[in-house]
Amino acid sequence: MTDTLTPLREPMAPGEPLPMKQRSRRLRRVGLGLVVPVAALALWELGTAAGIISTRLIPPPSEIGATLVDLASDGALWVHTLATTLRVLIGFVLGAVVGTILGAATGVSERFRVLFDPTLQALRNIPSIAWTPLFILWFGIFETSKVLMIALGVFFPVYLTFSGAIASVDRGLVEVGKAYGFGTFKLIRRILFPASLPTYVIGLRSGLGLGWMFVVAAEFLGASEGLGYLLVDGQQTGRPSVIIASIAMFALLGKLTDRVLASVGARFTYWQDGFVRDGVSR
Amino acid sequence: MIQLSSVSKQYPSGHLAVTGIDLSVPEHEILAVIGPSGCGKSTILRLIAGLEEPSSGSTRVADHEVQGPDQSVGIVFQQPRLMPWLTVERNVAFGLDKGEESSGEVAEVIARVGLTPFARALPRELSGGMAQRVAIARALVTRPPVLLLDEPFSALDAFTRIDLQAHLLEVWGWYRPTTFLVTHDIDEALALADRVVVMGGSPGTIRADITVDLDRPRSRTAPAFHRLQDRAMTELGRSRDVPTATESVTG
Repeated sequence: MTDTLTPLREPMAPGEPLPMKQRSRRLRRVGLGLVVPVAALALWELGTAAGIISTRLIPPPSEIGATLVDLASDGALWVHTLATTLRVLIGFVLGAVVGTILGAATGVSERFRVLFDPTLQALRNIPSIAWTPLFILWFGIFETSKVLMIALGVFFPVYLTFSGAIASVDRGLVEVGKAYGFGTFKLIRRILFPASLPTYVIGLRSGLGLGWMFVVAAEFLGASEGLGYLLVDGQQTGRPSVIIASIAMFALLGKLTDRVLASVGARFTYWQDGFVRDGVSR
Repeated sequence: MIQLSSVSKQYPSGHLAVTGIDLSVPEHEILAVIGPSGCGKSTILRLIAGLEEPSSGSTRVADHEVQGPDQSVGIVFQQPRLMPWLTVERNVAFGLDKGEESSGEVAEVIARVGLTPFARALPRELSGGMAQRVAIARALVTRPPVLLLDEPFSALDAFTRIDLQAHLLEVWGWYRPTTFLVTHDIDEALALADRVVVMGGSPGTIRADITVDLDRPRSRTAPAFHRLQDRAMTELGRSRDVPTATESVTG
């Protein structure tokens, strides 16, 4: 046997503390990633203090921070954040579930693909915001139309990536299952689904990103709470700091939920042998 | 153990892969099939495996007509085809039902292919030769009476290939499954098999059936081995003389 039988290290369980060297390398990476935004904020603050930037239209970061603290202390920020986050989460789950089911069906079955895929591909080309008036007409101005708008936005990326990922699973692996006499559902559960997981996670992440985009559109059109409402309110009452504070909240929430999804995904896809080991951007 | 009677296979595209194949492999025999690419040798393996249905004729394995894949055959493909998300032991147990998975059989077959220290490693951590040993273990874990090997070592480098050929014989000695080996390597066929069937033509037919009457372990430099090499070459060469437009002889 030419293969040397030295035991390899056990695959590292996710969440296990990293060795010292790796941890300090990661800290450095995070530090380097912070250089640009921190410098930009500092320049911005200095620029307004020196009077180069007009504070009437572009308030300094310190004022935006104060606005956030104000909004937080009277509870308004939490009400708006909660309303928006709930809409996104419900819409996301709805869109992701339907996208997963249809994606699996069209990915696995040629017949389903022929039947549904052309229609879905055609519908995909309608800018989803264009549905808004119709959705309001159909489902009213309240929660249902908003959640469904978000679900629609989430649906397409999840559907497309999952369907494509399943259809492109290595034929050789599928044949191993067939040689064991696996039926369709066992093939999906034991081979097709796990093999498409890495791509599926990417689809979920882009779906979630679109969910955050669509919630703004939905809340622009008649909402009495939510961060999108706060944006419009800031514009109508001429308070740019409120607008920028809401934008900052969107950025924060979007990043946070994406990180959660990415790290949950990484737990299931640690086995990948890609160029960047876990294939997940941080 | 394996019995093919006047089998032919025509694919839906109209391509006639093999025709008039009569072949029988007695229990515990190792049969190697050699021939140029496109001569239909892999098609025959897929028919025995139940992955294809014959267009005419009958294929019998272990005294029953082949009707789709079943537990009486284990298959090793050219590529290891391991599930990259499963550890070595879970890959070996892949075809087993829940409950059977933790039985001693998995550990035993992993020990037989010498990979006990790697039982919990992921496929990405294995070399090509090791991955193919896992594939052999996966095929044998249920101790199927028939083992099918489809050019199992052709993707490996020459040194690993010779090592794995010796290793395969060692593992085969465990319970001596009836073995059907498809290869395009004459030396591999002669080093491993009791009988070598030469195929050729398009559609593929059997051109020769050579009995390899050599003791194991076999020396690849012995005069008797050379004589068999020459014979196999001649038989392969004869198929080269058949003038058909679509035939590929370079393989």
